[in-house]
Amino acid sequence: MEYTGKVIKYGDNVDTDVIIPARYLNTIDKKELASHCMEDLDKTFVERVQDGDIMVGGWNFGCGSSREHAPIAIKESGVPLVIAKSFARIFYRNAINIGLAIVESEEAAEAIEEGHTVRADLSGGKLYDLTTGAEYGIEPFPAFISKIIENGGLVESVKKGIIA
Amino acid sequence: MGMTMTQKILAAHAGLEKVEAGQLILVDLDRVLGNDITSPVAIREFHNMGKQGVYDKEKVTMVMDHFAPNKDIKAAAQCKMCREFCAEKEVTHFYDVGQMGIEHALLPEKGLVIPGDAVIGADSHTCTYGALGAFSTGVGSTDMACGMATGKAWFKVPSAIRFYLTGTLPEYVSGKDVILHIIGMIGVDGALYKSMEFAGPGVASLSIYDRLTIANMAIEAGAKNGIFPVDEETLNYVKGRSDRTPAIYEADEDAVYEKTIEIDLSTVKSTVAFPHLPENTKTIDEVGEVKIDQVVIGSCTNGHYKDLYEAAMILKGKKVAKNVRAIIIPATQDIYLKAIESGIVKIFIEAGCVVSTPTCGPCLGGHMGILAAGERAVATTNRNFVGRMGHPTSEVYLASPAVAAASAIMGKIAGPGEVL
Repeated sequence: MEYTGKVIKYGDNVDTDVIIPARYLNTIDKKELASHCMEDLDKTFVERVQDGDIMVGGWNFGCGSSREHAPIAIKESGVPLVIAKSFARIFYRNAINIGLAIVESEEAAEAIEEGHTVRADLSGGKLYDLTTGAEYGIEPFPAFISKIIENGGLVESVKKGIIA
Repeated sequence: MGMTMTQKILAAHAGLEKVEAGQLILVDLDRVLGNDITSPVAIREFHNMGKQGVYDKEKVTMVMDHFAPNKDIKAAAQCKMCREFCAEKEVTHFYDVGQMGIEHALLPEKGLVIPGDAVIGADSHTCTYGALGAFSTGVGSTDMACGMATGKAWFKVPSAIRFYLTGTLPEYVSGKDVILHIIGMIGVDGALYKSMEFAGPGVASLSIYDRLTIANMAIEAGAKNGIFPVDEETLNYVKGRSDRTPAIYEADEDAVYEKTIEIDLSTVKSTVAFPHLPENTKTIDEVGEVKIDQVVIGSCTNGHYKDLYEAAMILKGKKVAKNVRAIIIPATQDIYLKAIESGIVKIFIEAGCVVSTPTCGPCLGGHMGILAAGERAVATTNRNFVGRMGHPTSEVYLASPAVAAASAIMGKIAGPGEVL
């Protein structure tokens, strides 16, 4: 799994209420959810986000509500990967379950700046900041979780009888 | 090396004699819950899995509480989708307007969760049932879909922080103050991925409702679950609500905890969380002059009869301040009826409050009390994030029912001591 993209960066405790405010949870339409992504934190996000952009956050990214609408809105905005110092636990498993890639790295999330171009090689366990030339090692997922990701998320894993 | 209470429940539900922190396991579920916001996404994914029936018609549970009674056409369509799914799959425990209450008050009340159960819910406050000595945790809609189809969920076995409680709470201080005090101390990610295990002689002095409030907000410290030992108080509450026999698990004496934090309940003060994080706490003597526009008393955190009663005793014979809207939301129909029969609804209405049908409504900025730009609310709810109750520049201050009631009278954040 490899991703290269430009970075959009936020701070600590980005909660699911600002990722997708509850007033828009009266729909499950992915495009409509994406059209309000990050609205209460950064009104410019939906206009400036490009396909393949990488989101970087601080500590406790995705805290708060269990709404899967949050990782769905981020993924549907064209962002395939979020790098953060740490993730809130429900967001962490929701991202894995729906196939939004996530990387936990304090060092990388601290150093990488808005607008940098980053390459992530998840299978090889490396992050490269192509703007500064810096490299960061990343922890691989446990085998069980890798299996879910490799099989295209939880729904596909259930279909294939990996979890039954 | 022994197991924590959470680890014991997880081991039993994974068919294992022993589990260790960090281990990945598949757990058999006693209940799978969803609401009118999260279930529609789960239903879509359930269909994507190509499954016909749910794993157990008795164990899948849906509660229409967030945007119900329907706030708009789209919310109505989402409830309709849940209603039709549950009818088609013959789901026994589908709770619609007329029977529904706020899910985490309703499930314990109906005896749908008992000690020793393992429960997932597509709602972050599913951790509430830890108050009953069950393992319960919030998940997303895809996990709910998988749970509805297979009756299983994957978990990483959590490590734990132990909260050793001593003493008893002072007058007008309740479970809400305890959990706000704890979150203020350890932070919104202070228990990230971990269990919060409550223990010690102080537990016995906490009512089941105080425990429900404390376990409810474990997620606000980032925890996977919050759990209390089962005692006489728990068993008295559960008695007569379920035909099933409670399974009582106790932490091993040599269970390993990441740390133990001692809390003398007699030193806990009325506590308020300032915007925009539940960890921004101040004790009532530190808050200063904060004028307010609205008060909300209710939610899965503080919508029980005990909560409403405590607020009513402060509001009795008094009036809500001019320019303050006070909204009271009993969490279930039973609580609503009891509040009518006992006369506390009369107290609220005579004081100038409005009393609503059960709904999550304003807590998440859905309906029934949305804030305009720059407005401030004191709420007995659980989150005060940016825009949580309305406009992104509005502000939510989290507090106990006693502080919320006193604040309604004073028109500013105030403790019960200032009005009694």
